[in-house]
Amino acid sequence: MKVKLKVWRQENADAQGGFEEYEADKVNPNMSFLEMMDVVNEGIIEDGGNPIAYAHDCREGICGTCNCMIDGKPHGPENGVTTCQTYMRSFKDGDTITVEPFRAKAFPVQKDLITDRSALDKIQQAGGYVTVRTGSCQDANNLPIGKDIADLAMDAAACVGCGACVAACKNASAMLFVSAKAGQLNLLPQGAPEKDKRVLNMVAAMDEAGFGNCTNQYECSAACPKLISEEFIAKLNRDFIGATLRKNFQAKALD
Amino acid sequence: MNILNALFKTSLGKKVIMAVTGLILVGFVIGHLVGNLQIFSPPEKINAYAHFLQSLGGALWAIRGFLLLTVVLHIWSAISLVLENKAARGAEGYAGQKTLRASFASRTMKWSGLIVLAFIIYHILHFTTKHAYGPELFMVDLHGEQVLDVHTMMVLGFQKPLVSIFYLVAIALLSIHLSHGISSMFQSVGLRTRAWSNCLNKIAVIVSVLYFLGNAAIVGACLTGAVEVQNAKVKAALAACQADCEVCESRIASIN
Amino acid sequence: MKLDSKIPSGPLEKKWEKHIMEGKLVNPANKRKYEIIIVGSGLAGASAAATLGELGYKVKCFTFHDSPRRAHSIAAQGGINAAKNYQNDGDSVYRLFYDTIKGGDFRAREANVYRLAQVSASIIDQCVAQGVPFAREYGGMLDNRSFGGAQVSRTFYARGQTGQQLLLGAYSALNCQIAAGNVEMFNDREMLELVTIDGQAKGIITRNTISGAIERHSAHAVVLGTGGYGNVFYLSTNAQNSNATAAWRAYKKGATFANPCYTQIHPTCIPVSGDNQSKLTLMSESLRNDGRIWAPKKKGDKRPASQIPESERDYYLERKYPSFGNLAPRDISSRAAKEACDDGRGVGETGLGVYLDFSDAIKRLGEDTIRARYGNLFDIYKEITDESAYEVPMRIFPAVHYTMGGLWVDYNLMSNVPGLFVMGEANFSDHGANRLGASALMQGLADGYFVLPYTIPHYLADVPREAAPSIDSPEFVAAEQDVIGRTQKLLDNNGKQTVRSFHKRLGKIMWEYCGMARNKAGLEKALKEIPALREEYHADVRVPGTADSLNQSLEVAGRVADFLELGELMCRDALAREESCGGHFREEHQTEDGEAMRDDEKFNHVAAWEFKGVDAAPERHQEALEYESVKMATRSYK
Repeated sequence: MKVKLKVWRQENADAQGGFEEYEADKVNPNMSFLEMMDVVNEGIIEDGGNPIAYAHDCREGICGTCNCMIDGKPHGPENGVTTCQTYMRSFKDGDTITVEPFRAKAFPVQKDLITDRSALDKIQQAGGYVTVRTGSCQDANNLPIGKDIADLAMDAAACVGCGACVAACKNASAMLFVSAKAGQLNLLPQGAPEKDKRVLNMVAAMDEAGFGNCTNQYECSAACPKLISEEFIAKLNRDFIGATLRKNFQAKALD
Repeated sequence: MNILNALFKTSLGKKVIMAVTGLILVGFVIGHLVGNLQIFSPPEKINAYAHFLQSLGGALWAIRGFLLLTVVLHIWSAISLVLENKAARGAEGYAGQKTLRASFASRTMKWSGLIVLAFIIYHILHFTTKHAYGPELFMVDLHGEQVLDVHTMMVLGFQKPLVSIFYLVAIALLSIHLSHGISSMFQSVGLRTRAWSNCLNKIAVIVSVLYFLGNAAIVGACLTGAVEVQNAKVKAALAACQADCEVCESRIASIN
Repeated sequence: MKLDSKIPSGPLEKKWEKHIMEGKLVNPANKRKYEIIIVGSGLAGASAAATLGELGYKVKCFTFHDSPRRAHSIAAQGGINAAKNYQNDGDSVYRLFYDTIKGGDFRAREANVYRLAQVSASIIDQCVAQGVPFAREYGGMLDNRSFGGAQVSRTFYARGQTGQQLLLGAYSALNCQIAAGNVEMFNDREMLELVTIDGQAKGIITRNTISGAIERHSAHAVVLGTGGYGNVFYLSTNAQNSNATAAWRAYKKGATFANPCYTQIHPTCIPVSGDNQSKLTLMSESLRNDGRIWAPKKKGDKRPASQIPESERDYYLERKYPSFGNLAPRDISSRAAKEACDDGRGVGETGLGVYLDFSDAIKRLGEDTIRARYGNLFDIYKEITDESAYEVPMRIFPAVHYTMGGLWVDYNLMSNVPGLFVMGEANFSDHGANRLGASALMQGLADGYFVLPYTIPHYLADVPREAAPSIDSPEFVAAEQDVIGRTQKLLDNNGKQTVRSFHKRLGKIMWEYCGMARNKAGLEKALKEIPALREEYHADVRVPGTADSLNQSLEVAGRVADFLELGELMCRDALAREESCGGHFREEHQTEDGEAMRDDEKFNHVAAWEFKGVDAAPERHQEALEYESVKMATRSYK
C-alpha cells in the first residue's frame, strides 16, 4: 500500500515549525507505524535530507517513549495501544496521515515530533514514592493486601508515562497521570503514612508545571494506551479534599 | 496551605468550588421550576407562593445575596479554569484533533453557560420590571391582601412567541449544561466511580430532560393558550387594547 | 594480567557476611565528600543511585533516555525469582543458588551466585515496601508461579509487567533521593567516553542528546549499569536504543570484557514479517505449556496450516525429546526451530518460523480455558500479526534476548580498572553461559540495592577525600577531544549508505555465524566479514545533521560503530571457546543426539578479553572457575 504523510517539522525548540509532506510507498500492512517512518527516514537520508526525529525505544508498548499524535489522536487510530504498536493495516491505501508532536505548554517541542516530558518526572519527584530505606523493610508477607486492592493498584500502576492523557486533553491536564501515580500508592497500606502529603505535593507540582485542569471529559482515559480509568481522577479529587481537611483540622505535633 | 488557599489557588480546589456552587444552583433551578409549575394550579396558588417569597424581606435578600455569590463563584471558577486551560494548551495547536469520548454537553459548557448567563439577566429584568399595561392591573386580592398577580404576568410574558422561543432555547442549553454538570460535580468531589458512573450519567440526563420538559410545559402552555390569563381587569384591558394605543406608549415612556 | 576475583575465603554460606564484616567503611560525615557517577537508570542503575544517595554519597546518575523510567528493564514480562519459600514447596537459598548455577551450565562464579540467592529475599521485601503491586492471593499473601522449568514456585510477578513495576519502584526510590538533593539526575545524556587518571576511573564524557553539548563529569568512582549488547544482532528483543557504547568505551580504556559469546536466544518470539522490521517481540514461554510446536514435513510446503494433514506435520520437539517435549529448555528448543527452517521447512511468508499450535489444547480444554490462561498473549499476537491464534496456529521463531557476557568484575563488582564498577546485565558475573528465566531482574536489583552499596565503600575508603579530579585536567580534555573527533569524523564522512543499512548487515552476519549454532568455519568467515564491513562503514556511512543539535542518526552511528567492533570480539570469543555450553553452542562439540558438550577440563574458566589497540588482536585472559560446593553435572532433558 501507499500513504501520504503530513509531518510536523521543527528544527529545535525555538524554531518556527510547519508541516511537510512525504510519501511512503511499498508499505506492508504488517509494518508498524514507526517501521514505516524508519523507511521514510532511510529515503530522506539517502536523498541527502534531514530525517524526521521521533521518540521511540522499546517498540513493545511499555517504555512510554513514543508519542506521536496521529490523525488527531494520540498514538493513532486504535484504542489501548502506543504509537509503536500501531500497525499500518489500521490505515487505508492512499490515506493522508497527519503526524504531529504531543502538544501542551508543559511539553515543549524539542525537535520535530519529540517533546520534553520532564514535567512528569517533576510531579513524581514531588511525592510519587514511599519513603523507605533500602534494607529496612519487614518481611513482604507481613503486610497482607487484598487481591482486589492489589489488582486495582496494578491497574493504576500500568501507566507508561507517555503523556497521551495530556496530549488528548483539550486542557492539557495531567490529571490522569497524576491520579494513576498517586492512586497506586494511596490505595496500598505502604503508601498510607505519606498519603496526604503526597496528594497535596503532587497536585501542587502538577499546577506549577503548567498543566491545565480536568473538565471531566475523560478524553485522557480514551487516549490512554493502557486504558487507565478516570475513576482514579475521582479518587485523587477525593483524596485531595480529605488531605486538605485533615491538614487544617487534625491535631499536629509541634514543629 | 489553608482551606481558602486550597479552594481558590489550586486546580482541584477550583473544581470543588465549581462543583459545590453547581450543586447549589442545580438545587435552585429545580426548586424554581417546582415553584413555577404551580402555574398549572389556580392562580391563587402561585400568587400566594410569590407573595410568601416577597414577604420574607431580609431573608429574601440574604437568599438572593447567597445565590448571587454562588453564581459569581461559579462563573469566576469557570473563567479562571478556562483561562488556565487555554494557557496550558500552549501557543501551537493541533492541525486536527479528534474527539474521542467527550460528550457534546461537556464540550459546550462555556458556550451554554454564557448564553444561560445572558438569559438569566434577561429573565430577571423580564419579570421584575413592571409591565407596559400598568402596575395597578397586576394586583389581585388574596385572602384580603393585595398581592402581585404573578400568574398573569407569566402567562402574558410567554404569550409572545419570540420571548418563548428564547426561553426554550435557553432552557434547552441549561439542560444540556446540567446533563454534564450533574455527573461532573460528583467526579470533582471524588464521588464518581466506574461502578456507578453509567447510572450517574443516566440520572444526570434524566434530570436534565425532566427539567427541560417541566420548563417547556410552562412556556408551551402559556404560548398555546392551555393556561390563560384569569385576571378580569387585565382581560378587560387586553380586550380594549389597540394597535396604536397612546396609553401604553405614554406608560412605556414614563417607565423609561 | 591476573584477574583476581577477590572471592572471600570460608564456607560458601558465610562468604558474603564475612566480606561485609571485613570490608572498610566510609564515615557517615565523609560520605558527602565522595562523588559517584552512575551511568544507566534501569533496575541496577536506579536502585544503586537511590541507595547510595540515601547513604549520603553525592550521586550523579546519567541516562540517555528522557526519563530514568524508560530504561529497558521496563520490558521484562515474566517475573523475579526469590528464595522465600512462601509456597512451602521446598525452596531455599541453596536451591535457588544451585538452579542458577546449573541453568548457567556451570560457567558462573559460585560465590557470586550464592550471594545473589542470599539477597533475593530482601529484594522482594524492599519492592513490596515501595508499593510494587505484586500479584496477591485472596488472603492477601503474595502469589508465586513456577517459571523457566523450575521445580518450585518462586517467581513473584505483577501481571505480565513485572519489569515495569520493579523499575518504577526503583525509579520512585530514585525520585525520592532526587527530591532530597542526594542524587543529581542527568537525563538525555549519552556516555561517550570513560576518563581514567593514573589508571583509575575518575569520570565520563557525555553528550547532551538534545543540545549536542559535550560535557565532562568527574567523580571518585564510576558505576556502569548500562545493560546488555543484544542489539549487535540488529533484530532482538532489546529496545531500539539499547547499546554497548558505555561498556565498549570502558573496554577500550582497559576494562576486560568477559565471555562476550554467551548470548541467550529466546525460542518463542513473533517471527520477522518483513525486511523493514525493527524489533522482535517476545511471547511468554508459558505458552509452551499448552501449545504444540511443529513444522511441515515437506520442504517448501506453502499450504495454510489447516490444510496440512496430521500425517504431514513434524512435531519435532516431541519426536526428539519425548520426555520434555515442547517444554525443552530455551537453547534446545531454539536450535531445533532453526534446524527446521534451515531445512527449508519454515512457515510464514519469510520461511523463518514454526507453528505453535493450540488446536489440540482448545479441543481438550475449550477455548474459554485457553483464553483465561493466555488471553492477553493471544491479544498481543493478534495486535502484531493480525492473526487469531484461536483459529490458526501461532507462528514463532527464536530471537536474541539477553547477553550473559559483559565487563569482567570481581566479587565487589569492580572491573579490573580500579574505581570502575559494573552492575546488572552489563557485567558478566552471575548467569554463567545461560540465564534462567526471572533471574535478570533479580540480579539487577541485587547489585543495586544490596551488593554495590556494601562493596563500593571498601574502595572509596582508600581514595583520598579531596574533591574529585578537576574536569580541566588533561585527561578530561583529551577524552573530550577524542569524543568530538569521533563524532565529527562520522558527520564529515559524507558516504552514501545509511547507518541502519550497516547495522542490518552486521546483524545478519552475527545471526548467521554467531547465533544459535556456531562453527569454526562460520566464525572465521565472520571474522573476515566484520572488519571489512567496519572498514566500509567508516568509509561510506552517511550521517546527516550536525553535532550541536538533536541528531538521532548521529547517536545511532556511534553505537553501530561500537557494535562493529564488539561483534568481532564476540566471534573471537566464540571461536576460542571450543566447547558447547548454555547459550554458546558449537556444532563441533555436541553429543550424537545433538546435545551441548562441555569441556570442563579446558574451558572451566571465564574468558576475559583485554583491548590491545584498534588493529591489534585482543588478549584472552582466564579466570579459573572453582566449584567448592557444587558438583558439575551434564544437563539432560530427554
